[in-house]
Amino acid sequence: MFAVRLKQITKRFAQTLANDAVDINIRQETIHAIIGENGAGKTTIMEILYGFYQADAGEIELFGEKKEIANPQDAIDNGIGMVHQHFMLIPPMTVTENIILGLEPISRSGILQLVQAEERIRTLSDEYGLEIDPQAKVEDLSVGLQQRVEILKALYRDAEILILDEPTAVLTPLEVKEFFQILRRLKSQGKTIVIITHKLEEVLEISDDVTVMRNGKKVGELPTKDASANILANMMVGREVLFSLSKNDVTPGNTTLKVENLSVTVNDKPRLKNVSFELKEGEILGIAGVEGNGQTELVEILTGLLKLDTGTVWYLGEDITNLSARKIREKRIAHIPADRKAHGFLSTYTNAENQILGFHYREPFCRPNGFLNFPNIRENAKNLLKKFDVRPPLPDLQTGTLSGGNQQKLIVAREFSRHPRLLIIAQPTRGIDIGAIEFIHQQILDLRTEKVAVLLISAELEEIRSLSDRTLVMFEGEIAGEVSAATFDMEKVGMMMTGHR
Amino acid sequence: MVLKKLEVLILPLVSVFAAGLVGAILIFAVGENPLAVYWIFFKSSIFSINGIGYTLFYATPLIFTGLSVAFGFRCGLFNIGAEGQLYIAAMAVAITGIWMDGWSAWVVIPVCFVVSFVGGGIWGGIPGLLKAKFGGHEVINTIMMNMIAFALVNYLVVGPFHRKGTQILETEFIPEAARIPRIHELIPFIPKTLPLNMGFAIALLACLATYLILWKTRWGYEIRAVGISNSVSTYAGISVNKNMVLAMFIAGGFAGMVAISEVMGYRYTFHDSFSGGVGFIGIAVALLGRNHPVGVILAALLFGALIRGSLFLDLNFDNLSKDLVMVLQGIIVLFVATDKLFKKILSVFRIG
Repeated sequence: MFAVRLKQITKRFAQTLANDAVDINIRQETIHAIIGENGAGKTTIMEILYGFYQADAGEIELFGEKKEIANPQDAIDNGIGMVHQHFMLIPPMTVTENIILGLEPISRSGILQLVQAEERIRTLSDEYGLEIDPQAKVEDLSVGLQQRVEILKALYRDAEILILDEPTAVLTPLEVKEFFQILRRLKSQGKTIVIITHKLEEVLEISDDVTVMRNGKKVGELPTKDASANILANMMVGREVLFSLSKNDVTPGNTTLKVENLSVTVNDKPRLKNVSFELKEGEILGIAGVEGNGQTELVEILTGLLKLDTGTVWYLGEDITNLSARKIREKRIAHIPADRKAHGFLSTYTNAENQILGFHYREPFCRPNGFLNFPNIRENAKNLLKKFDVRPPLPDLQTGTLSGGNQQKLIVAREFSRHPRLLIIAQPTRGIDIGAIEFIHQQILDLRTEKVAVLLISAELEEIRSLSDRTLVMFEGEIAGEVSAATFDMEKVGMMMTGHR
Repeated sequence: MVLKKLEVLILPLVSVFAAGLVGAILIFAVGENPLAVYWIFFKSSIFSINGIGYTLFYATPLIFTGLSVAFGFRCGLFNIGAEGQLYIAAMAVAITGIWMDGWSAWVVIPVCFVVSFVGGGIWGGIPGLLKAKFGGHEVINTIMMNMIAFALVNYLVVGPFHRKGTQILETEFIPEAARIPRIHELIPFIPKTLPLNMGFAIALLACLATYLILWKTRWGYEIRAVGISNSVSTYAGISVNKNMVLAMFIAGGFAGMVAISEVMGYRYTFHDSFSGGVGFIGIAVALLGRNHPVGVILAALLFGALIRGSLFLDLNFDNLSKDLVMVLQGIIVLFVATDKLFKKILSVFRIG
């Protein structure tokens, strides 16, 4: 028995065909993964199922019956719930208030029946092992718990089919484990679960069936037991993917960066406490940790965006503590920021204009009289877009119209093109597809071969493990531990990230 | 891409057209014939040398103030202070002109130009500085600076600089050497009564300068970057504070240049309340002109023509007064501000 059958779903947005005659069959009481690169159409097809969009052609069948789903309310009425990548919760309100929003139980006299709602939420929470206090304020909950509130929201509306969009993107390794237990429990209680993801290990671990999408088309649907990471990756990308990067032996040289006793307090909260470390030429130093444990502040201090309270930053033997961002850039320290939209590029500037950001004020991009040198700017953009395979490679296109992976490649191109001695790179592959990840990882390793010192900050342990020579783990503004590439152990690092030594 | 570029033109045009339709309904409702009214607008503003001359004359200060507001917007700042900035500059120019009596025009005119820009620039720069140093919102502070400016120039024109022997609130006249030529002094066959002066040409030059600064220099690159995103600018080593002060100074300077056409080219004195709100209409001009210098020129010409046409409404229609223009301006702004609606309508056409 199929819980959901999507037949020949086609959806077109202006010029792009987001879904091209896609068939998906989801068996009842299973966990079904839908995987594909960014822009493959996996979120679109689930949003059609949830009534966010209308398909241009095709049919939806739920539990064997043909259904028209015109809007999310129809979907909810038919027992479909969706948890979005970005939570739709109101932080200052309680769990109960959030869950009943739009469905408030009201007595005949018009009084809100909060107690009854709380009771029901508590029962649901116990039934599925969610461990949520209905009276807690959402803003006091961790991201992992907020996600469970979203799941409760769907269960409260009697969802039989749960769609989860990139559910593990925001979770720590430990939280992912607990989350998977919850999914298994939901399945055993008769729910059908669809997860949209691009993480292959998770697909292999949790799902029963998997559908692979590429460029709006379904390229395969198979039982997970017949799949492997290699098979899935090749289907997703459409070619062989090199999983193991070729990492040369590089002997670290002289010390490039040395920080001593860095401490900083932001908004009366100590964010860094006595952080010290060294980084050598040709070395990749990974900084692991759950986000919000001081990594952002560390990067901002090293790149001149935040002033230190105490401590010293030495770069090639020179004291560069609290220099301005521009001065630091001029010393050939490149910075690829964690949040590319908020920091990395101007969305309404053209690719050519964004390729000179931070270097726009000097030769060869600016003449001594202050006028920009457009022939040079265009030439520079043309070369870099081609060299770093940014698609489409058009200098005059607004950068905001590119896909996330191409925006990231554009930033990488800009920062690498200035021949850095030190590269500070944060979350280099967040939200981008496998092809681009592979490319950017290779670029980082190439810099290492050229004896550049690399500081890699990432929430993806797998990324840190495969690239770093040494790894520091940060927890609550302190260095909680250090591991070398040889002794890297996921379990151990995961524990350090949460404060267990 | 092509459609995107056209959209920049189409949306303001659609807004103006829609405002015309709504205006027609209003005119009809008060018992006049909309076609006859719009015909008067056309006839009086474009169909004669005099009409065109006056349209350009009324458009001139609007170009300066529109440019002022647009420049601020490009840096993400809303300059509501153009009115105050232009009053301060006009008073400063009048006083400078009077003080420099006896000097050669080759000296006085450039000095007065600089005074007009710097005078307005300082008045705009102060709110910029307050924003950069203390985070004070420029909207509040430019409005307050307006109040201070009104009180200050009013005091000066009533008190120390009032022209002796007149009831009119005006300063002494500036000397011949501080005056810029009217158009009829340069081109024959232009009626001597036409107040259009060289200020218009300078306004066009200011537009060209704005275009070059914003899109062709490193300073414009930084100002626009700050306007798009403070956080990206900071990351790239661009000083947000410095650029905000600079942008507000330049914005104030453009507003101050109204003194060139109004004091040096037309009245030759500081006349109390001479502006009649061009600083505020400048906001509408910038909005309609999409914060682009060329758009500002076009929008200022439209508004100038409306002002010119409005003078004939009382004469020709029993039930209408020149205030109709304010209604039309208001409706235009409303439609420009809600251009998302038109975008939606346009996009439906595109797909369908």
